[in-house]
Amino acid sequence: MAYTEEELKKELETKEYEYGFYTDIESDTLPVGLNEDIVRAISLKKNEPAWMTEWRLEAYRAWTQMEEPAWANVTYEKPDFQAISYYSAPMKKPKYESLDEVDPELLDTFKKLGISVDEQKKLAGVAVDIVMDSVSVATTFKKTLAEKGIIFCSISEAIQEHPELVKKYIGTVVPERDNFYAALNSAVFSDGSFCYIPKGVRCPMELSTYFRINQAGTGQFERTLVIADEGSYVSYLEGCTAPTRDENQLHAAVVELIALDDAEIKYSTVQNWYPGNKEGKGGVFNFVTKRGLCEKNAKISWTQVETGSAVTWKYPSCILKGDNSVGEFYSIAVTNNYQQADTGTKMIHLGKNTKSTIISKGISAGKSQNSYRGLVQVNSRADNARNFSQCDSLLMGNECGAHTFPYIETKNKTAQIEHEATTSKIGEDQIFYCNQRGIDTEKAIALIVNGFSKEVLNKLPMEFAVEAQKLLEISLEGSVG
Amino acid sequence: MLKIENLHASIDDKEILRGINLEVKPGEVHAIMGPNGSGKSTLSSVIAGNEDFEVTDGKISFLEEDIAELAPEERAHKGIFLSFQYPVEIPGVSVTNFMKTAINESRRAQGLEDMPANEMLKKIREKSELLEIDRKFLSRSLNQGFSGGEKKRNEIFQMAMLEPKLAILDETDSGLDIDALRIVSDGVNRLKSKDNAVVVITHYQRLLEYIVPDYVHVLLNGRIVKSGGKELALELEEKGYDWIKQEVAV
Repeated sequence: MAYTEEELKKELETKEYEYGFYTDIESDTLPVGLNEDIVRAISLKKNEPAWMTEWRLEAYRAWTQMEEPAWANVTYEKPDFQAISYYSAPMKKPKYESLDEVDPELLDTFKKLGISVDEQKKLAGVAVDIVMDSVSVATTFKKTLAEKGIIFCSISEAIQEHPELVKKYIGTVVPERDNFYAALNSAVFSDGSFCYIPKGVRCPMELSTYFRINQAGTGQFERTLVIADEGSYVSYLEGCTAPTRDENQLHAAVVELIALDDAEIKYSTVQNWYPGNKEGKGGVFNFVTKRGLCEKNAKISWTQVETGSAVTWKYPSCILKGDNSVGEFYSIAVTNNYQQADTGTKMIHLGKNTKSTIISKGISAGKSQNSYRGLVQVNSRADNARNFSQCDSLLMGNECGAHTFPYIETKNKTAQIEHEATTSKIGEDQIFYCNQRGIDTEKAIALIVNGFSKEVLNKLPMEFAVEAQKLLEISLEGSVG
Repeated sequence: MLKIENLHASIDDKEILRGINLEVKPGEVHAIMGPNGSGKSTLSSVIAGNEDFEVTDGKISFLEEDIAELAPEERAHKGIFLSFQYPVEIPGVSVTNFMKTAINESRRAQGLEDMPANEMLKKIREKSELLEIDRKFLSRSLNQGFSGGEKKRNEIFQMAMLEPKLAILDETDSGLDIDALRIVSDGVNRLKSKDNAVVVITHYQRLLEYIVPDYVHVLLNGRIVKSGGKELALELEEKGYDWIKQEVAV
């Protein structure tokens, strides 16, 4: 563990959400409400080509015909979609060439987020794209990447600079009308990240995006598109925070991954949107559609640590289209107080000899509800498909809930599908045992939870694993006794 | 070192300890024997500070300090160690990681820095050799899938690592075969010094052949009804507990 115990202790003392600051930066915000004019206005602000505007409008029209899904195991007051502003951008200079040009106050924001961009550049070799209130403000390391032919930039920039790639791939994995939130995102997304790794290139560093909602009354709708061309490899990290607010903020993102033949994408998320206060007031509604497509011999691996948000609705999935392709999903979802999470994955086996692995760890504390929902589907042509699923739930206290909804559909007799599930509770005897060895209760819980989550934490890139571990501990602070 | 006076303790309003008096001095080994349900494990839990039990009367002091109000971890920091009869499993937490956390928590409580990694490694190596513990064992999840003997050996390994002033061994012999019993007892004996003390709680005399007590106490219905030297253990082994029951009744 790289962080010092002293730091940890200090953090444990702060009971409140620690990323809950608001940065006072002048914003350019569109009036609230949504109609075709707003969609056009967003597209215009971003100086988009006509095909993009048309694509958005199609999505908008589809969305108006759709209903918000109600099947998830969560209850919340439906957002008023006409009361949200769909575009908010930091006013000063929308785009920067280097960090030196960035508003100092913004840089301060990054510091508070624990992203020392400079340090990351030097030590970890992480290229960072930072999206604040839906607009990408800084992409570091662009030059180094460009030498390898790697494109890593904001999606708006990609629409300008690489329209052929965006046009070819956007909406191919998550179509505009895929679901209510995806359609909404397609209509109004204001920014996000774009990444293209050329044939046979192994991306030499972790690529990273930090998302932050800052402005009140805004929604964040970012769109991420990652394309790994044949035989390439990329590891991509995504982190999220938001300030503390009484109202519920909406976050509806779409992430599309495309792994062409023999390519591999590792996509890791540490989601720490504001979860609301102890009484369940405020917090981010996190309604996200993430999906990846694997061509022949390709591999997509999703790893997520979900500790934030008042309500989470999220199922990073893999379409295993190509023969011998591999899909993986490793997840830790922590809910405390009144948080609700309905999360899991879909593994769609279309190709022959396709393999998928699902490891899900749910930790519920307080009065929270934590659900795993997963689908393993084996198509009639997917001979010798294999899946292994493991869903473990850990309960803390008597007022929380853990639920598992595994769906298995197979149309091929050669499929091998395994599902294991356990539910356990942190026992007083475990805590006393730790106490007796000199470990106080708070630390004992952190130890037990980290042990429980270890299989998934191990899948995260090093620098993220430490952060994730800290987050788990902070999220569960004060949940026992 | 440990002084218990007229200790009464109960669980769910049921009184288990009914006036225990016991004094343990540095360098001494005490054995507490008694039939099932006599309150042996309750006594060890209460000394360690298990909050399931309520102390209704009496006093426990350790190193001349009243510890009744101290949390279990604070007692541990002062040097009280309990080898559990049924050690719990903590999946995903390796023996090494657990020990590292425990040692550093205690050091921090004493205002010390964390133990440097090389020192920690050296200590782990030394103590695992003492208890003939395979290094691979140390990377396994704490007590998960351990045999009865492995669990007990692991308890004594932790004791060796933490170097307590007072070690209470609760039924450490149960689940041990004869070889493991010898290794565990050798370990305990080698950790013994004039500055620390051991309280052995046991059913049988067998363990006491290896860890020789200076005093033997018989616990019956929550009271120490008879104390003596090591020969008392032999007498108990031979005659059982019934004669004491009768003696006490008279």
